[in-house]
Amino acid sequence: MSEVKRYNIRMAGIGGQGVVTASHIVSNGVVISGGFSSLVPFFGSEKRNAPVESYVRISNSTIYEIGEIIFPNVLMIFHPSVITLGKSYTMPFYTGLKQKGIILINSKKPIPFTRDEQRELEEKEARIYYLPATEMANDLAKTDLATNMGMCGAISGIFGLPDPESLAASVKDRFVGKGIVVSGGTAALDSAIEKKFAKKQKLLEANQKVLDASIQYAIDQGWSEAEKPAKATA
Amino acid sequence: MANVKGSSVCRTATDEGKPADWVPGGEKQTVVDPMKMFHELPREKLFITGSEAARESMRRANIDIAIAYPITPQSESMQQAGYLYDEGYIKEYYRAEEEIGTFSAISGASRAGVRSLTATSGPGLMRGMEAISSWPGARTPIIMLNMCRVINTPLAIQPDNIEMSFMLNTGILLLHAENQQDFYDYPLAAIMASEQVDVTLPAVVSVDGFFCTHARGPVEVTPEEYKLPPRDGWRSAVPAMDNENPPARISRDAPIQKSNFISYHMHSSWQQEVFAAVERSAKYFDKYLGGLIEVVNPDAEDFIIASGCAVSQAREAVRQEGEQGRTVGLVKVKSIRPFPTEQILDAVKGAKRILVPEFNQAGWLHKELCAVLYGRCNAVIKDGPRVFGGMTMPTEMVLEWLAEFRKEVK
Repeated sequence: MSEVKRYNIRMAGIGGQGVVTASHIVSNGVVISGGFSSLVPFFGSEKRNAPVESYVRISNSTIYEIGEIIFPNVLMIFHPSVITLGKSYTMPFYTGLKQKGIILINSKKPIPFTRDEQRELEEKEARIYYLPATEMANDLAKTDLATNMGMCGAISGIFGLPDPESLAASVKDRFVGKGIVVSGGTAALDSAIEKKFAKKQKLLEANQKVLDASIQYAIDQGWSEAEKPAKATA
Repeated sequence: MANVKGSSVCRTATDEGKPADWVPGGEKQTVVDPMKMFHELPREKLFITGSEAARESMRRANIDIAIAYPITPQSESMQQAGYLYDEGYIKEYYRAEEEIGTFSAISGASRAGVRSLTATSGPGLMRGMEAISSWPGARTPIIMLNMCRVINTPLAIQPDNIEMSFMLNTGILLLHAENQQDFYDYPLAAIMASEQVDVTLPAVVSVDGFFCTHARGPVEVTPEEYKLPPRDGWRSAVPAMDNENPPARISRDAPIQKSNFISYHMHSSWQQEVFAAVERSAKYFDKYLGGLIEVVNPDAEDFIIASGCAVSQAREAVRQEGEQGRTVGLVKVKSIRPFPTEQILDAVKGAKRILVPEFNQAGWLHKELCAVLYGRCNAVIKDGPRVFGGMTMPTEMVLEWLAEFRKEVK
């Protein structure tokens, strides 16, 4: 049997950024690709700008554990204020991070850590990657709502899991949905869904651009850990 | 059941605002033998949340009526039940006024002889406890899904399964689902066991809220064109009651309510019979679930005994111990009532140390185990680790406790 590989990801961001959505997309993408995954969102009152956490387990074999991830080896920080303003359920944000863990931060420039934070991150030998996900989303999808796509793409670029094709399929699952088949609906309902679908098709294209760009970004930065580095496009 | 028009047909297409040729989903399904459904039908693997797993279970359960009052984390499942009602897989469904109303009404539905489902969480369970504890004596087969949640102040919506301890001595059948898969399988098994003539009791399937209900995991489901056989109201330890023609009796047997020598005897024998029926249900669960317990590494000296989500954490601990070359055994207790005393005793007869991790403060499973293992097993039983109030139990914690235990008990 091959060695068990396990990525335990803790995602932190602020309400409205699509953190929980991103966890569904990554997790579902891994399952589509034939891997094993489970996800659990943090349970609290959901409101815009409030801290949000979500947890994804990825593996090449069966996953038994449930619940929040206390000792992650990957952190995804969707917004700098998680760190700078302490908008997080987990303080400091790297609590529980395993030795040599990866921290992917959505920020154009490096975050000025406090002296204690800097020291502890060095002790943990944390690898800190900065991804300008919001800028990518604004440039390519013309909306910062696609920031989460940038974060998902980078994960694919780093681990090769989910692979870009499965990730794209997962995004499609999420936004178009397997349940699009109209059941016993009226003609009016049909046309309403068709209209929505046309919009969603555009949404998918915009999202895909951000995914492709961030996968490529991760590869260009030399972050890839996959045995076979992902190709940039699905 | 009759609708307002007095028709014996519950729902017509016109009533529901559906096209004239609408056929309720349930009527398109084929009844299948429960054993075939549980063990033989092909299964499709889905990647869904626990609430969605509950929906798929309800879809195949041939439910006549569902009544519930929303409470987190149960509400997501019962919202899904609303879709099933719309699609015609559940014949009647309504939101009751609150939990005492919910659990009283569902009891009436069951007495009328139809398959009845309800669901609740933590504080809702506590609110309805008076009605719930009246179910077993009334011999009402009811299926209740119980998505566990903190019950004590300060108020919290987080997972914690202390509420299960309140049901242990009611005469209710109580299963504890480990994951999304169990939350699909167990309700179906519980329904069939609860409706057996020599059982005729309510059944509860508890699951640790959020960790299962709101998290996604793999679930293997049987084809949706098959459903369980319907409940036969007449196949029952007591007759179904006619609730529509007055006078409808509130009590099963009026003389029991009197205070005299005969009534005390009647009441005590009635209670004995309820708890005997709980034990009689074991053979059905054994058949339907493939055993009341599951044992991993039966020859181990170190054992973990757990139920619910704690089993999942223990499985990962067992795997990681295995990587270090240490064999740790695991007993998953699927059924809390009936409690599988003899099966557990047999599984741990060679054990030296038994660890009991739990997601509650009181350690009710530890107490249950000590009560039945005392004097009959040589192992040292350690109570912990325990997490509560919504905490997760990291595998690392189970591993630490195991290491400590090995130092304490050589």
